[in-house]
Amino acid sequence: MATPDKVDPIHQFHINKIVDFNVGGLDLSFTNASLFMVVTVLVAGAFLYAATSSRALIPSRLQSIAEMSYEFVANMLRDAAGKQGMQFFPLVFSLFMFVLVANLLGMFPYFFTVTSHIIVTFFLAMVVILTVVVYGLYKHGLHFFNLFVPSGVPGVLLPLVVAIEVISFLSRPISLSVRLFANMLAGHITLKVFAGFVVSLSAFGTVGIAGAILPLGMAVALTGLEFLVAFLQAYVFAVLTCMYLNDALHPGH
Amino acid sequence: MATSKGPDETGKSGPGRQGEDHRDDDLERRRRNLEASLATRRPDRQERKEGAGGATGYGQAMKLSSEFIAGVAVGAGLGWGIDRLAGTSPWGLIVFLLLGFVAGVLNVLRSVGKIAEFGQGSNQGPNPGSNPRRKD
Repeated sequence: MATPDKVDPIHQFHINKIVDFNVGGLDLSFTNASLFMVVTVLVAGAFLYAATSSRALIPSRLQSIAEMSYEFVANMLRDAAGKQGMQFFPLVFSLFMFVLVANLLGMFPYFFTVTSHIIVTFFLAMVVILTVVVYGLYKHGLHFFNLFVPSGVPGVLLPLVVAIEVISFLSRPISLSVRLFANMLAGHITLKVFAGFVVSLSAFGTVGIAGAILPLGMAVALTGLEFLVAFLQAYVFAVLTCMYLNDALHPGH
Repeated sequence: MATSKGPDETGKSGPGRQGEDHRDDDLERRRRNLEASLATRRPDRQERKEGAGGATGYGQAMKLSSEFIAGVAVGAGLGWGIDRLAGTSPWGLIVFLLLGFVAGVLNVLRSVGKIAEFGQGSNQGPNPGSNPRRKD
């Protein structure tokens, strides 16, 4: 560790430039965040390619995992958005795999967690919401805006209710991105803090090492919890994407 | 892997063919049985997930707080933007911040399923019971 007297739990989120690259005043450097995004895409792609290369009737373990993830996302999308929703399957599956692989890669020590940066999760959420708006307008025209007009509301209250519904709709990408980002950030900081306790306590001789067992146990338990959160957040992200796509397909029901 | 062999290798004679068909039927039947037994287990698993505290409680807290904060943040952002564009200095922020609080509460109530979803009235809808959305 660079600073043995002080454990810095935020240091793991620091972005370093690997290749400096400037275009017309725009900083387009290749950073460790970009590196891990590329690694995430490569790992996810290579995994699915390897898993489906030998399409056996009785699947191998690898193929079984790939099939399970396909079935999982397909069922989720079919439940939330119906048969029509399956045209968005590539989008939802890519998002799910990207978030899941990025979260799981972040669990390796010394690795960078891409999804712990809000700009990444916000961009993913914007992709979802722009798809919903563009597809909804293309498919239903102005009828799409019926989404903001609940039926059975008295005319006097309508402007107020519509304003609230619009704000509620606009808050979706924010809550979608903040949830993923906050979960990953908080989880990694907690893990780092408890691991830091182990290091600091073990500096105090035998008593310290005996006392360090407690935070060590906590760190082990938190690692398990973090794996759960990694899966859960990818799942939640995909489920909410499906629900929002359902609004684009059937606004106003 | 032995099972990935094509039928032309194992089933060239009559009895072999029949064995192949028989195995396919057997596989199909076993798959149906598996689906059925999985279907009976699924509700249990769902309930257990709901009932368990710990990690899911933490997830619930994260979810609801992010919904609420997002509503307030968007309201404040909209109000601030309108003020900047129209020059109505404090009023846009005041009004939209309040609307943002309302939208945040609406988001929270919606995500726990206590209120109708987007685009649905409270007293309307062809079949209110069969909402395909999942409330999680």
